Amino acid sequence: MQYPYAMRDLPLMSHSGEQHQRPGHYGAEGIGSPINGRHLSLPGTPSLVRTIPFHPRGSPAVPPRHNHMGLDPEFQQLPLRRQIVSQVSLDSPLSPSMRPRSPWGRFDPYDSPEDQDKEYVGFATLPNQVHRKTVKKGFTFTLIVAGESGLGKSTLINSLFLTDLYKDRKVLNAEERISRTVAIIKHTVGIEEKGVKLRLTIIDTPGFGDAVNNTESWRHIDDYIDQQFEQYFRDESGLNRRNIQDNRVHCCLYFISPFGHGLRPLDVDCMRALHEKVNIIPVLAKADSLTPAEVCRKKMKIREEIKQFGINIYQFPECDSDEDEDFKTQEQILKNSIPFAVIGSNVQVESKGRKFRGRVYPWGVVEVENPAHSDFLLLRNMLVRTHMQDLKDVTREIHYENYRAQCIQNMTRMVVLERKRSLREKYRDGSEADFPLPLAVADTEKERLIYEKDEELRKMQEVLERIQEQMQHSHRGGC
Amino acid sequence: MSEAVVPDAMVSPAVGGLYGEKAGGPMLDFSYVGIDAILEQMRRKAMKQGFELNIMVVGQSGLGKSTLMNTLFKSKVSRKSVLATAQEKIPKTVEIKSISHDIEEKGVRMKLTVIDTPGFGDQINNENCWQPIMKFINDQYEAYLQEEININRKKRIPDSRVHCCIYFIPPTGHCLRPLDVEFMRRLSKVVNIVPVIAKADTLTLEERDFFKKKIREELRANGIDVYPQKEFDEDAEDRMINEKIREMIPFAVVGSDQEYQVNGRRLLGRKTKWGTIEVENIAHCEFAYLRDLLIRTHMQNIKDITSSIHYEMYRVRRLNENNTMVAHANGIPEHHLTAHEM
Repeated sequence: MQYPYAMRDLPLMSHSGEQHQRPGHYGAEGIGSPINGRHLSLPGTPSLVRTIPFHPRGSPAVPPRHNHMGLDPEFQQLPLRRQIVSQVSLDSPLSPSMRPRSPWGRFDPYDSPEDQDKEYVGFATLPNQVHRKTVKKGFTFTLIVAGESGLGKSTLINSLFLTDLYKDRKVLNAEERISRTVAIIKHTVGIEEKGVKLRLTIIDTPGFGDAVNNTESWRHIDDYIDQQFEQYFRDESGLNRRNIQDNRVHCCLYFISPFGHGLRPLDVDCMRALHEKVNIIPVLAKADSLTPAEVCRKKMKIREEIKQFGINIYQFPECDSDEDEDFKTQEQILKNSIPFAVIGSNVQVESKGRKFRGRVYPWGVVEVENPAHSDFLLLRNMLVRTHMQDLKDVTREIHYENYRAQCIQNMTRMVVLERKRSLREKYRDGSEADFPLPLAVADTEKERLIYEKDEELRKMQEVLERIQEQMQHSHRGGC
Repeated sequence: MSEAVVPDAMVSPAVGGLYGEKAGGPMLDFSYVGIDAILEQMRRKAMKQGFELNIMVVGQSGLGKSTLMNTLFKSKVSRKSVLATAQEKIPKTVEIKSISHDIEEKGVRMKLTVIDTPGFGDQINNENCWQPIMKFINDQYEAYLQEEININRKKRIPDSRVHCCIYFIPPTGHCLRPLDVEFMRRLSKVVNIVPVIAKADTLTLEERDFFKKKIREELRANGIDVYPQKEFDEDAEDRMINEKIREMIPFAVVGSDQEYQVNGRRLLGRKTKWGTIEVENIAHCEFAYLRDLLIRTHMQNIKDITSSIHYEMYRVRRLNENNTMVAHANGIPEHHLTAHEM
């Protein structure tokens, strides 16, 4: 699994030994509070035999920190190193040979042979530290799936994350569906792989697009996303911000039916309603009903229509020019595969001596993970291995900020209106009480005047300050 | 009423002349009158007149309706093949487009009319999208009725009544959608409905069986009687055959108008990276059963039910309406009228 922070590939340290996982051992939250993120709760942290030859002029002023994990006492000398850097200013750089090794020895960026002779401060290990801290905290990811029923959404989700979220699902028959509205169902599952925790939340929307009249189908989804933003906004503005739960929706997988000729009116309207609030990734479902030529044609048609209707689907971030060629071609392939033509299956089949997940038809066997058959692998890699962090970032920086700005604007507008209204009432009441505030009638004008006056004052203050400085300078110069 | 489509075997040269000497025997059979020769006469007449068949296809866009029609009749009979400007834009309301072709096979001529309904079920709000279709069907009955009650009516009234409506169910694999149920419930009372599962190459065999079972349950639960209707079975033999068919509906079909080479033979099919789906192979899909039902075995039955049952119901209703209208105009109370009619 690729680490979210790209690490340079470094030669293994010989004594780092085998990395073993500590299965499911994440009591980190329970065992005290993280101190500078130095809890070594990650598996496979090798027990290194290191020496810290470098000592400052005095004795180590910091007593060895008590590590209640009971690990090697050598690790306790880390705070010492930090102390060293702060005491010793950059006048006397750390000499390479006497530089203490980092405990995360495997990925120590300073360990390559060519770095041995240069002199470094040592902060290139910052990504390591952040990495460790966030990995310990675990990741969350919220995904919403939308699309008509019968497009294989649940099968695909189960295949993507290798879980069985929909074990006890009951599919309603047509009569029951007539009176139902779109429901929002949340499934949360904790997955762990190689020591990294992921709390995955899948939000399902059964009933979407099923009714005879579907004009309000996406409203529930819209409301739900807004609710999550609102919740986060409130939490963020609250007093205790330590344990904010981030339930914002990071990504929406929109399933397009392969049986139509491109996008249906319902698809267009729904995506247009949601594209400013969530990252939309269109997916062409049940792609095993299409021949390769049809897949191509449909993808082009859908891409055209997306452009035509002005739907802002999730855009992959542009590659920096210093990325390697492989990465760039991968990104290009990804961009050309939208919408991803996927096939999902949780059934293991055996064919030609191999076992794989697939679907058995009388005329052949479809392999889910074969890139020639479907884009499933592409989608999974994109979603989980390469772009999960980017999806979260875009949600946080763009969608949430848009929501927040709008919210604040609305709030201030409401406050102003409220004030006006209450003032107008007072005025109309005709009470003889004094008006502490200016009359409501010309409120906006007054506000503008006040603002202008404020600006003037500020400018005058600046000028005054400058004059004062000059006077002082000349005074000092004079003396 | 006996079947007018006479299989070839019966009219083999066992009958030498028109008055039926038994085959192989030089002796004349004295008890043989020769009534069965009427079949030959009917056959000849039918060949001269030709047949008419009006099929309506209903379903969401993209379900392969036009392709299936082309595959059924092995010719380009669908709207898309005929109209040069076959736009794939979804119309805002349901339109009814009717295209006729003359097909001939082994001396038998057939006038096939395919009635397409683009725009059905494609909008966001599909309420009452079945109304234009109901209206069309009733209009055809009306036209026939008007011809019938004419004083000078034609020898052979042109039959534009919809004999059969093929309803395409999207292969979700779960169950019927509310739209499907609504449509079929209303239309099964005025026309023969044959439901089919479209694009069935999406479903594996288990999924297909499950889906079919679910659909049949739902049809039963909603009281929807699709063709072949249980109440119109005439005798035990009919019932037996029809029971077998009823256990197989809806047919899971795959349509294709492209030919591929499979095992040295040229077949209609769809070629994918993992195999080629043969349309006429019953191990792959049930297209062959549908074709047999519609064309080879039950075509006449379909037409008969349309004319003797659906049309008659419409006629009765219309004439009663007429009478009540006339009665109201003349001031005669209704109950007098019905008594008189009896």
